Amino acid sequence: MSTVTGVSATDDPPGPDGRTPLRGVSASTGRLGDRLFGGAATVSGVIVIATVTLIAVFLIVQAVPALRDNQASFFTSREWAPGGDTPRFGIVEFLWTTVAASTMAMIIAVPFGVAVALFLTQYAPLWMRGPAAALVDLLAAVPSIVYGLWGLITFAPFFKPIQGWLENTLGWIPLFSPTGISGGTILFIGLVLSIMVLPIVTALSREVFAQTPLAHKEGALALGATRWEMIRTAVLPFGRPGVISAAMLALGRALGETIAVTFLVSSLPDGAAWTWSLFNGGETFASKIANNAAEFSNPNKTGAYIAAGLVLFVLTFIVNSIARIVIERRKAFTE
Amino acid sequence: MSALKTDQRVPEDENMTGDSPTSPPPSNRSGNEALREMSNPHRGRAIKDLIARIAMWVSFFVAMVPLAWILWTVVSKGIHLLLSATWWTGNQRNINSSDVGGGARHAIEGTLMMAGVTALIAVPIGILTAVYLVEYGRGGLARAISFMVDILSGVPSIVAALFIYAVWVTTFGLDRSGFAAALALVLLMIPVIVRSTEEMLKLVPNELREAAYALGVPKWVTIVKIVLRTAFSGIVTGVLLGLARIMGETAPLLILAPYTKNFQHDLFNGNFPTLPMMINQDRGDFALASAAARMWGTALTLILLVLLLNIIGRVIAHFGSVKK
Repeated sequence: MSTVTGVSATDDPPGPDGRTPLRGVSASTGRLGDRLFGGAATVSGVIVIATVTLIAVFLIVQAVPALRDNQASFFTSREWAPGGDTPRFGIVEFLWTTVAASTMAMIIAVPFGVAVALFLTQYAPLWMRGPAAALVDLLAAVPSIVYGLWGLITFAPFFKPIQGWLENTLGWIPLFSPTGISGGTILFIGLVLSIMVLPIVTALSREVFAQTPLAHKEGALALGATRWEMIRTAVLPFGRPGVISAAMLALGRALGETIAVTFLVSSLPDGAAWTWSLFNGGETFASKIANNAAEFSNPNKTGAYIAAGLVLFVLTFIVNSIARIVIERRKAFTE
Repeated sequence: MSALKTDQRVPEDENMTGDSPTSPPPSNRSGNEALREMSNPHRGRAIKDLIARIAMWVSFFVAMVPLAWILWTVVSKGIHLLLSATWWTGNQRNINSSDVGGGARHAIEGTLMMAGVTALIAVPIGILTAVYLVEYGRGGLARAISFMVDILSGVPSIVAALFIYAVWVTTFGLDRSGFAAALALVLLMIPVIVRSTEEMLKLVPNELREAAYALGVPKWVTIVKIVLRTAFSGIVTGVLLGLARIMGETAPLLILAPYTKNFQHDLFNGNFPTLPMMINQDRGDFALASAAARMWGTALTLILLVLLLNIIGRVIAHFGSVKK
């Protein structure tokens, strides 16, 4: 299923032989049924456009009053006290935690995901490819709340000594300085996120790797390349745009992942000292909103959370648009 | 020229590296040096190849470790609750965190009901949008729709939930309810349906459409009776996979549909029981063995439900796929 590749019929003529179907206008004879059905299809499409537009509009409209009342700088303040007469809130901490944890997830998931995709398309014996791919898909079918439970209860105690060892060995690097927090650190959240997005990276990369022209691969092998050299010179260059867009889509998923992160985060006490350490706790956008869903009592308070949600929306919008542009460019080259 | 085999191979090797064939054969001594230079990189290539091969195999099995670990944890800790009849018939009414067992039927029914309502709204919109993209749209509007579907598929579930909250609760002043959560799930399900249906419609051979047109069949009848019917099994698969995705979503429920321990079939009034929220309920007390067991049992039930939909979807896809 290539639902996530973003390949669309609009720029890809249907039919195995590449013929385009009759164009909408010329095929229709203006029958009532045609007009109704075509109209319904158009309306559905317009609903989709309207929905996305409305998401942006509603979030902006409801965030603006809260932002106007905000006494602190929204983008640089570390405070979060949205209630009361003088609300003060800023998102810089959520931004750091979200981006740092997602980046960790990417650093782990992209090489692993690509390696698994290469395994599934180039290395695994033929009998193994189907079942192995199904297992990877199964990883994607596990609901994120289960990842949260598993991370919280089973994986966290297991990871604790590993974190201790890292702190002892690499603690002199600011990024790994000990903070006294165990469990829901940025590093740990990134690790769990990487497991969750790995199937996305693998599924898309597998799709493009499998499309590598046989002539390229055979050409490389005929020139005496080893299998690894064949992959490096034929498969990887061909699949690079696909891998980049897969990574972007996975990043979008990691940025917005809510419930698993909500289970795992250790929220920091007010006024905790700022640190760049990956062993620090801290909330992400999504977990902050989810953890405080019960607090949506007055419009200003809600507005502050909606403003945080808006930033998350913009973040994922940018990341997904980049993925889309990379895919478009790849199509322009291959067709 | 010496008779040593190794020396004879030298010019060949040099040719392979791109040296001009007319270059004079190297002397004995420089030939040996060249050979040494050549053979080392060759061994390096073989080693690199071997390392890459091992790395790929190891990566795959490492990636399988979390899957096996998660499934083992959930099954081993949750299976015993699922073996009792009460689990499938009762609810959690008057059962506190410290009480053992109880039923999950209220949450199972709630999750299925919510998924059903979500599908009722999302499936027609999704399929019609895909029909527009494949059968009608060729211009800027189609491009815009396609782009927006991509954006929608990237919208985090928490943002979809916030949007519905902003509309449903803040703007219209309605109460939080199961239906509001279903609306948020609709936003998450539409892009899945559009993309999978689109793929399936593109697989329908053009000859079928053209044959219908040639017989004077109106375009809309062609689409409904020929294109959609041919792609039917694929579309059903897409719907089931979409359902499987939204059933496990928790963020919209957290914000829009508070949990209840009772049976509840009213999506519009009051709290609504769902499996993810039941997990969330017991998560607060997972230090208690009873709550922890119930939590894992609920998680296992949810996984089984999602897995069942996935398997049914794939079976339908396997046996009813469009013949190319």
